[in-house]
Amino acid sequence: MPRAAALLLAALAAAPVVAREAAPAAADPVLEKRVMALAEELRCLVCQNQTLAESNAPLAEDLRNQLRERMREGKSDKEVVDFLVDRYGDFVLYRPPLKATTVLLWFGPLFLLAAGFAVLLRRVRRRRKLADAEVDDADRRRAAELLAGGEPR
Amino acid sequence: MTRFAIPIAIFIALVVLLGVGLKLDPREVPSPLIGKPAPHFELPRLHESDKTFSERDMLGKVWVLNVWASWCVSCREEHPVLLDLAKSGVPIYGLNYKDKREDGLAWLKGMGDPYRISIFDFDGRVGIDYGVYGVPETYVIDKGGVIRYKRIGPLTPAFVKETLLPLVKELDRA
Repeated sequence: MPRAAALLLAALAAAPVVAREAAPAAADPVLEKRVMALAEELRCLVCQNQTLAESNAPLAEDLRNQLRERMREGKSDKEVVDFLVDRYGDFVLYRPPLKATTVLLWFGPLFLLAAGFAVLLRRVRRRRKLADAEVDDADRRRAAELLAGGEPR
Repeated sequence: MTRFAIPIAIFIALVVLLGVGLKLDPREVPSPLIGKPAPHFELPRLHESDKTFSERDMLGKVWVLNVWASWCVSCREEHPVLLDLAKSGVPIYGLNYKDKREDGLAWLKGMGDPYRISIFDFDGRVGIDYGVYGVPETYVIDKGGVIRYKRIGPLTPAFVKETLLPLVKELDRA
């Protein structure tokens, strides 16, 4: 009986220790959600096609910890992102800012699309004009012959 | 013939563009730290853990900061180049990045130590301040404590000869 009591006591004493160990991830679900939401927007530098949220690279983990720590200090999302941009450059952003060096990136596709439309429009117009011009009297006569059942050519 | 000239020209331009794109290394992300003061750190040394080292100790000197780790495969390839560079008199300081102290010490003992001092960045925080993402990385810092160059990936003899040494010499004169 005393042994059972001692065991129980030991278990009770150990419980908070165990609980504390599991705590960091679940401690603050709101904060955790914010960390992950922001991490979705940031590129992992080690595996460059993954976000910081999905990457398992040790650096991604460190950087997520940095995000968490800074948010806990009460920094805004923008301040946290700036912290990373200061160190790793715009490359960490999945949505790069609009500036002189990124104009082509932002408007290049739009420009190509517009250029494509312009070319298409010109071609269609020219073809229509040509088609109109090509039907002359000789053509009309031939068409009439064909319709009347005459031998073609 | 002229009918095909434009499509062929576009095709060739595209091939050239893609060809150049293939040759670019996506791992070489331009660092925003170039031209900015080296971030401050004060870390324990690898050899004498009771002493610290800070980038401020180096003000007035041109120096090279090399980020390395015993778990880093390319560092092994780079090591002889660093030993040669140290021999040529360039002061190299090491940042032992996210390593175990005994592993780092064993590495230097077994392969030679090119560093005047190595500092011990166990949790990689200073690494993050320097924008480290792929060890090895190498920084050239000038007399005013400004980062002038960052190399991602191992140093090669050709890079040292053509880029690093001339830069260090130029900065030394400044």
